[in-house]
Amino acid sequence: MPEITYIEAIRQALWEEMERDERVFLVGEDIGVYGGAFKITLGFLEKFGEDRVIDTPIAESAIVGSAVGAALMGLRPVVEMQFSDFIACAFDQIVNMAAKFHYRMGNSVPLVIRGPSGGGVHGGPFHSQNPEGWFVHVPGLKVVAPSSPYDAKGLLKAAIRDPDPVIYFEHKYLYRRIKGKVPDEDFTVPIGKAEVKREGADLSVITYGAMVHQAFEAANRLSAKGIEVEILDLRTLLPLDREAILGTARKTGKVVIVHEATRTGGVGGEVAAIIAEGAFDRLDGPILRVTAPDTPVPFTAPLEEAFLPNADKIVAAAQRLAAY
Amino acid sequence: MNHSGLTRDQLLDVYYHLRLTRSLEERIGILYRQGKIFGGVYLSTGQEAVSVGAAYALGPGDIIVPSHRDMGAHLLRGIQPREILAQYLGRLGGLSRGRDGNVHYGDIQRGDVAFISPMADGIPVATGVALALKRQGKGRVAMTWFGDGASSRGDFHEGINLAAVLRVPVVFVCNNNQYAYSTPLSRQTRVPDIAARAGGYGIAGTIAEGNDVLAVYEAAKEAVERARRGEGPSLIECKTMRMRGHSEHDDASYVPRQLLEEWRAKDPIQGFEARLREWRILDESEEARITKRMAEELEAAVAWAEASPFPEGKDVEQGVYST
Repeated sequence: MPEITYIEAIRQALWEEMERDERVFLVGEDIGVYGGAFKITLGFLEKFGEDRVIDTPIAESAIVGSAVGAALMGLRPVVEMQFSDFIACAFDQIVNMAAKFHYRMGNSVPLVIRGPSGGGVHGGPFHSQNPEGWFVHVPGLKVVAPSSPYDAKGLLKAAIRDPDPVIYFEHKYLYRRIKGKVPDEDFTVPIGKAEVKREGADLSVITYGAMVHQAFEAANRLSAKGIEVEILDLRTLLPLDREAILGTARKTGKVVIVHEATRTGGVGGEVAAIIAEGAFDRLDGPILRVTAPDTPVPFTAPLEEAFLPNADKIVAAAQRLAAY
Repeated sequence: MNHSGLTRDQLLDVYYHLRLTRSLEERIGILYRQGKIFGGVYLSTGQEAVSVGAAYALGPGDIIVPSHRDMGAHLLRGIQPREILAQYLGRLGGLSRGRDGNVHYGDIQRGDVAFISPMADGIPVATGVALALKRQGKGRVAMTWFGDGASSRGDFHEGINLAAVLRVPVVFVCNNNQYAYSTPLSRQTRVPDIAARAGGYGIAGTIAEGNDVLAVYEAAKEAVERARRGEGPSLIECKTMRMRGHSEHDDASYVPRQLLEEWRAKDPIQGFEARLREWRILDESEEARITKRMAEELEAAVAWAEASPFPEGKDVEQGVYST
């Protein structure tokens, strides 16, 4: 099995799905001639032509709105938000038009919106956000956030084949920093399924996206101190995999939830509520959260370091919880 | 016998759809006052020609993305009065099966994309529909309607600009009825004509007398043909007047009475009727026949809609997703 980067996994998923299905097309800003701000779609215009790789004006709302129209006509649009931060400009079309259409009218809107999210690259307040919490509160959407090249490819293929609108948050910090084994043959990762990425008996870290890697570093350090951490990678944030969340909580009785997004109203609160409702009698200590503070994402290095959760912060929380 | 390129039967069909729109809406207004319909009731009384005239320019394969005062366009796509009544009544027989109300209806199978409340959201959607139709290469076109108020929203700009840049086959019809809820046009824009904005997008723009159904039809026909030829989008501004409140709860006391009187004299149905009589297409017996046909149809439609069951509360979580 070849080892590829996270960004290559995304590129391959797009390429293969476009080869597989004529209905799939890409639409976004600077994705054609330029190949995208992160060069994910470099070479796509030459291969698939301008009907299927569409450069647009700067108009996120119209990009998404027009993608909904095309999806209703049977096409399979894949929208690129140049940065996930700009998805705010398309919020209305996503939450009012795309998300509610099936419930209201019974028509599927097979739409994927993907975009680079997350910090650690000194992007500042408008090129670093993790906006998944905004969308997890919207029935009708599905929200995914892969942590590995395998999941990045499999979840993107699943999203493109899914009949409903899927928001796909790819973490830009991981793009070229991590590699992983990805099979050559076609595969998908099911939407709605979390995965235990590391088995452990003493404590669970429930997380997703780039924080999975921080959790691994923390787990290695904690293992040296005799604490075996189980890492549950949520992978899909809407709908959450309740069974997997309750499974690991019941197994270890101690849960640290980690996300890079800010704290209040984040996915972590919902995960904690699921555990409190479904596994309260199995808990040996409080459910803890390690998250970014409730601030915009700061630009300069010392501030961004203070903002981002990391292995140190996870280790500290885990040790506090392990003492129970 | 040929007016605006329409045959005698077609002209009578246009007349029938104008009359049916008004009668069905009057019936909905009655049901609202009887306390049988709850929530918003958005009527197109006095503006029926904008919807009927423009939609009449479309062919069977074309797609509409209507706004909230476009019952005429829905009827022309084959949406049945009984489905609209059941929609307003919140019944399973309505087009959204009670999931959504009043004017939020359509049917993709019949080429009709359902409206949602945020104004101008349909404009980018119509652009995307047209993008898909262009790719099919069969000369099909999309048409969307919106009000003068919607022209202030960003999606108006983004959606029309994107359509212009991509040169997709779509016709944008602005129903300028002078008021967006209580806000007059002068508080919406300093531009006297919404159509003038077409120049800013490099597309064709034209003004039609919105209460003249054949003028609207002719402007729409030209725009539809332009789109079919692959020459891109057009913007048509239809000048008309909102003769009732924004919704039926609204007495529109903020609208000068004199303005309403001026426009009442330009009623689109009376005006068209007079011309049809002058052309000897419509006589009293024909009119009586149409009136009788409509009354019978609407009676049956109301009975059907009122007999349609409500959805059950236990099903509230069904259908959020396709699977």
